Amino acid sequence: MAKHIINLTVNERKEQLEVPAHLTLLRMLRENLALTGTKNGCEAGECGACTVLLNGEPVNSCMVLAVECDGAEVMTVEGLTENGALDALQKAFIEENAIQCGFCTPGMLISAFALLQRNPKPDEIVIKEALVGNLCRCTGYERIVKAVKDAAVSSGRTR
Amino acid sequence: MKDSTTFPKLVGSDVLRVDVREKASGAAVFTDDIQFGNNLLHARIKRSPHPHALIKSIDTRKAEALPGVKAVVTGDDFPGKIGLYLKDRNIIARDRVRFIGEPVAGVAAVTEEIAEKALDLIQVEYEPLQAIFHPLDAIKPGAPLIHPDLGDYEVANFIFPKPGTNISNHFKVRKGDTEGAWKSCAAVVEREYYIPHIQHVPIETHVAVAEVSHSGKITLWSSSQSPFAQRDLIAKTLGVQTCDIRVIAHFVGGGFGCKAGVTMEALPIVIGMKVKGQPVKLRLTREEEFYTNFVRQALVIRLKMGCDKDGNMLAMENTMHWDGGASTEYGVNITRAGGYSCTGPYDIPNVKADSYCVYTNNTIGGPYRGFGMSELHTGIEQCVDELADEIGIDKVEFRLKNVVQGGDILATGMLMHPTGIKECIQKVAKAIDWGKQSQPSAPHKLRGKGIALMWKAPAMPPNPGSSATLKLNEDGTLLLGVGGQEIGQGAFTVAAQLAAATIGLPMDRVRVAWPVDTDYSPYEWQTVASRITWSMGNAVMAAANDVRKQIFEIVAEAWNENPEDLDILDGVVISKRTEKEIPLKDFAVYGIPKENYDGWIGGPIYGRGKFMPTYVTGLDKETGQGKRAVVHYTTGAQAFEVEIDSQTGKLEVIRAATAFDVGKAINPDLVKAQMEGGLVQGLSSALFEQMIFKDGEMQNPNFVDYRIATSVDLPKEILTFIVEVPQDDGPYGARGVGEHPMVPTIAGIANAIHDAASIRMQGPPFTAEKIYLAIQDQKK
Repeated sequence: MAKHIINLTVNERKEQLEVPAHLTLLRMLRENLALTGTKNGCEAGECGACTVLLNGEPVNSCMVLAVECDGAEVMTVEGLTENGALDALQKAFIEENAIQCGFCTPGMLISAFALLQRNPKPDEIVIKEALVGNLCRCTGYERIVKAVKDAAVSSGRTR
Repeated sequence: MKDSTTFPKLVGSDVLRVDVREKASGAAVFTDDIQFGNNLLHARIKRSPHPHALIKSIDTRKAEALPGVKAVVTGDDFPGKIGLYLKDRNIIARDRVRFIGEPVAGVAAVTEEIAEKALDLIQVEYEPLQAIFHPLDAIKPGAPLIHPDLGDYEVANFIFPKPGTNISNHFKVRKGDTEGAWKSCAAVVEREYYIPHIQHVPIETHVAVAEVSHSGKITLWSSSQSPFAQRDLIAKTLGVQTCDIRVIAHFVGGGFGCKAGVTMEALPIVIGMKVKGQPVKLRLTREEEFYTNFVRQALVIRLKMGCDKDGNMLAMENTMHWDGGASTEYGVNITRAGGYSCTGPYDIPNVKADSYCVYTNNTIGGPYRGFGMSELHTGIEQCVDELADEIGIDKVEFRLKNVVQGGDILATGMLMHPTGIKECIQKVAKAIDWGKQSQPSAPHKLRGKGIALMWKAPAMPPNPGSSATLKLNEDGTLLLGVGGQEIGQGAFTVAAQLAAATIGLPMDRVRVAWPVDTDYSPYEWQTVASRITWSMGNAVMAAANDVRKQIFEIVAEAWNENPEDLDILDGVVISKRTEKEIPLKDFAVYGIPKENYDGWIGGPIYGRGKFMPTYVTGLDKETGQGKRAVVHYTTGAQAFEVEIDSQTGKLEVIRAATAFDVGKAINPDLVKAQMEGGLVQGLSSALFEQMIFKDGEMQNPNFVDYRIATSVDLPKEILTFIVEVPQDDGPYGARGVGEHPMVPTIAGIANAIHDAASIRMQGPPFTAEKIYLAIQDQKK
């Protein structure tokens, strides 16, 4: 099987990896870099649990090949914390009790983070639409939407 | 149980989840996240393409010869039967397959791709048999038998299979005289409903890793609600000692019942037996998750209800045929639960109920959040609405008049305990302004309101046990051991809260030991049935009281006082008599020196506690009568205001109100989180979800064709109410509520749809298309 050498930045760290052509970004993150915060929920681009930022845009990492990421910048849920401190969004999820089983949380956080990057003060409808590709079976979404709203009010942060 | 004024301050407090920082950071470990290194093998499963067939031969030679393949197993390698209440299933099919997706062989290889390739090289010769896909076809005389050996299977003593038929359990209730009662009824309603199969859809699919050591010890890492039940069932099936299986269960990425009992977890074990010393991992694909594991079985329910001219319900006949699928090892008890709770939360003097668990060649039915109850109440609560209409009494008033109350004798003969269901009804009705008409937002839109009630008992064997351990550490902090599982509901948080509250420690000095590990954690039957806060909570309190007793013995001896005069506040032991005090950290583990260091008092403290209900009785096979059918019932109500677009059939929930009697909310915000999440899951099943089968093959095993609720499908407003009528044997009066919030939702939505558009459909999902067509039909 053909292997390719790729260079990319993951959570602000430079990585060089040798990957087979068919390896997805999701599997590369989980299996080659042990960044297991990004979850595998369907491997079909339907559940959003594997959402990461690719060059600043939220993508389903199961739908992207690792070789496509040569030269790219990737951010995963692990990249949200800075020097061990949680991001305003993560704090808001905690405060609103917006987490139950926690399996959708990493993807949900990344989608919400991407939203706040492009629209620091979204209204409720905009938040709901931004999260429509992230399935959650536990919470009923209401607290997640509230948490994103809280984070938008509290932080106005950008990275 | 203590009076509410004497609760420790942590009881009823919204403390933060103990697992939440790990989950928010992405660091929380789920089974698929465990790193096993290069030694790990990957398993894939060859599955039956036939709904019903005899296996004539299996040839695995080509697969075994494929480079990278390390093991291939078939059913003949492991002949034992497995099952929780009825041992009717093989880990891997032998001789016969009974549904599409049933395992027929397993492969372990160095990569998933090679394992997948090897599956194609396994040649299986089948002889197709006539298959049955509907329970009413399966009970017809002459229907092909799906389990001809039903009479030989090992079965729990409260399950009644009928060998020679496709009925694996028949639960009967006979109370009073329904035949005679119809004559006294001023109104009688007879209806039939069909509730289709749905899937649990945890976002984390099933995953299990097994390693079999050369000394025979089996270690299983699994995403599981039931590490102890898995150990027990798998040990019995494989004929190994329980102590030779160790199950390690990390955080569960959603369970809802599908990760209870044993489904796929035995597969990597039996494969691992052929590659000792190497871990073997099996992770289900989303497609496999949809139809090869437990699903919520379909139900055909026929109801007849009658009341007198004043609206007093006099009689009910309830016939349920459950589509149990190809194995009913768990499903037989769902049928039983449907049987003993057959009346819903109503006091009805004359009851006749027959609940049949029926084998079909559909996929296997299993426990799904409040098993049996959503399906049952979908029928009952619509039928009650129609009966109220028929006799001309307001639907809320009708329910208040007939609802079950403490002191009533239930259909099984059990005495009902005090319950707050009336308060639940009043709260949700008021919250949506019941009785007042709201204006639709546009002329072509229709507004309506609906209400539905529920009750549910923990459905389990009569005697499931819980235990807990507490280790007092050197610095006076506590390590709490439990065997109940954190599946998102907050079990670890509530357990820590109960321990801290009961001993007298601040919350931040208690840690829960996780992952649950059957080698080191105390026993717990299963994390199911909304039983953990109540049952495991009682065990935690018993362990906490054991710790207190040991602490007081040490301090009382040192101070020459009576243990009864001592208490613990914020981690400090105090004497109410002498006002002396000593922090736990000053003597935990190392003890207290006697005067002038003339020796020592104390030593390490290890608390233990257990709980098992001892009072549940058997029920008569012919009448369902017995002294106490269940431990208790949690009751509740939901009410909805909906708006329907008559031009498209699209439904929007304007207001949703939900109220449950939880006895005592240990952590009210976690209770509300369950109420909200359950309501949206219920709404999803009401509006969108159905597994579509064609000749036993699921047509929509993906999230595009099987749609679940997303963030844009939320009700505009969700109002939650906690009602607290204490449970006599619950921790601080608590009883469970994890499953209940989705039980009344389908019926509540159906009743609101009827109020808005005067239409009724035979069953969910109430899709826009179905609603639109029903409105068109009704205009004709």
